[in-house]
Amino acid sequence: MSAFLVITFSGLALGAIYFLAASGLSLIYGLMDILNFAHGLFMTLGAYAGYEVAVHLTSSLGAPASLTLAILASILGGAIAAGITEVFLIRPLYGRPVSQILVTIGLDLAVVGLLMGGFGSSSLQIPVPTWLLLATHVGSLNLPNASFLALGAGVIVLLVLEWFLRRTRYGIIIRAGVENREMVSALGIDVGRAFTLVFVIGGAMAGLAGLLYSLVFSGDLVSPAQGDSLLIFAFIVVVIGGLGSIRGSAVAALIVGLLQDYTSFYIGGHQGWAEIGNLSVVLLLAVVLEWRPRGLFGSVA
Amino acid sequence: MKNVLKHRGALAGCLALLVFVFLPFAGFSIPWILPGTLNVVNSSGTLIVLALCFLFAGVAVGYDLMIGFTGLLSLGPVLYFASGAYVFDIAITRWSWPLVPALGLTFAVAFVLAVLLGAIALRVDGIAFAMVTLAFAQAFYFLIENNPHNLTGGDTGLALSDLRLPTFLSGAVSNTRNLYWVALAFLVVAFLVVWLVTESVTGHIFVAIRENERRLDVLGIKPFRFKLASFVLSSLIAAGGGVIFILVIGTAVPSTVASTSVTISILIMVVLGGSGTRWGAVMGAMVYIYLQQYLLKVSGEPSFATLPAVLRVPLSQPQFLLGALFVLFVLFVPGGIAGLFARFAATRNPSLDKPRWRTLSVAKALKK
Repeated sequence: MSAFLVITFSGLALGAIYFLAASGLSLIYGLMDILNFAHGLFMTLGAYAGYEVAVHLTSSLGAPASLTLAILASILGGAIAAGITEVFLIRPLYGRPVSQILVTIGLDLAVVGLLMGGFGSSSLQIPVPTWLLLATHVGSLNLPNASFLALGAGVIVLLVLEWFLRRTRYGIIIRAGVENREMVSALGIDVGRAFTLVFVIGGAMAGLAGLLYSLVFSGDLVSPAQGDSLLIFAFIVVVIGGLGSIRGSAVAALIVGLLQDYTSFYIGGHQGWAEIGNLSVVLLLAVVLEWRPRGLFGSVA
Repeated sequence: MKNVLKHRGALAGCLALLVFVFLPFAGFSIPWILPGTLNVVNSSGTLIVLALCFLFAGVAVGYDLMIGFTGLLSLGPVLYFASGAYVFDIAITRWSWPLVPALGLTFAVAFVLAVLLGAIALRVDGIAFAMVTLAFAQAFYFLIENNPHNLTGGDTGLALSDLRLPTFLSGAVSNTRNLYWVALAFLVVAFLVVWLVTESVTGHIFVAIRENERRLDVLGIKPFRFKLASFVLSSLIAAGGGVIFILVIGTAVPSTVASTSVTISILIMVVLGGSGTRWGAVMGAMVYIYLQQYLLKVSGEPSFATLPAVLRVPLSQPQFLLGALFVLFVLFVPGGIAGLFARFAATRNPSLDKPRWRTLSVAKALKK
């Protein structure tokens, strides 16, 4: 039983990271019809920004303070990268959705190549405070502190995002744009600014997701291709949740995270089943699409 | 005269084919462009690079049938490419099957996979279709990594045993020239198949699906079967490419044969060349593979290490240069290489019939 609870906890943490990655993708798709292949790149860049800050500041500020700054750097790094991408690469291609997808593919390829040239293609270690590596005793359970970090970040971002989308002017414009973009621009609202904003928000969340994934699930390592492997799962979460739906992304992220952890723990240990965690997620996608082609929370239109 | 002009594309193609067929007999090297004497059977990688160009050109033109002509943005061609490479490799290496039954099994498996997975994926369209095909391909990658019954060799891959191969194919070192011709033959077959199909009634229905699927439905033609046919045909060509790949390279590793990066490369080849034009995909693939291999070679040269880091780091990464080139093409050359030619021809000779280049209109398929 206690193993089950620990696995559940870790699955929820994984789900939180998937949510951070997928909700931005879903918003971008909902508003702009762009399948953003550069989202994996934003995750990687966020992780590298965090790595750079942690490496340079740990000796002078100490590990806890530099980790906090590293997290901020990952958010900022992802946001800046996404903002630049939108303004310089996506904007010239408005009205050509396929070209926009292609340009994000090319960008991802190019910048990941650049990262490999600059940082080397092997993994780098982020210096972290010791408490992040320890576990907290809750009752009889040993829950890793890093997972608390991911879950906390996921919950905070979900709350802030919901507040932003429901209570602020720009949030309402974005939601309206997801529903009916033509109508919003017909009302005289500059949707272009909302496009940039959505990219920046999505990039910020992706950057955070990239660093958190390194801290929680890959032993504090960053590598140039890490975002691209996460991206596929983020895509799957978005499609299962329903393109354009934040709540759909949140629910689907938790389902996918839990499923992946349960299957790889209970079945993956057997000989020849090592990849069952990943496979079961794809299977879930196929089942959901057979049953509801628009995803769990997808609209009819 | 006009007739000659109309067929000048076909003429140029045949001429290029003739040159490539006899290239391995040429007793010279072209410095910088094709380093290494061409007729030396095993001393240079030049023929192998060209063989790679041909095989990916074949795969790309098959992929173009699906995305350029039918408007189905599949992101999973690598699944069939990998199934071709691995099933063939497993049959030959693990089970010691002879060549012909191994080929039969390879195409049978690819056919069944394409029909099954295509039928599931085609239940959705647009972006969701792209996502589902991407996910299936990724699942196949995980399956190979998983190494079921120790068939695939997992991460380390599976080298092709040449004991059961006919002697003229065995070993990339001693039979480079034969492998080169086999790859060229594959390209010719793939191109002819796509050419015949796109010129047939079925091919016109493919284009009609791309342009307006609902209208076809109203006319009483069910698009589903035709979409599936396009998907399956394209997948079979990709599987053939996988077989040629394993023959030429001699080993299958998940990261180079089955990962999403292969799909991305094929997509880039088609877009770079200009989709929906057949020869555009061929050109795009040749340029892409050639540049990739060439840049890799240049960055390994000793004089390269003396460059300042600002230049050396980006130039040492073919992935960076190809990605950047691709971004520039998407931004500034929408029709790809074929589009450039069409524009050039139009300014040179405006009296000619309007070129029939069909540029990428996957957009329509996605908007639905």
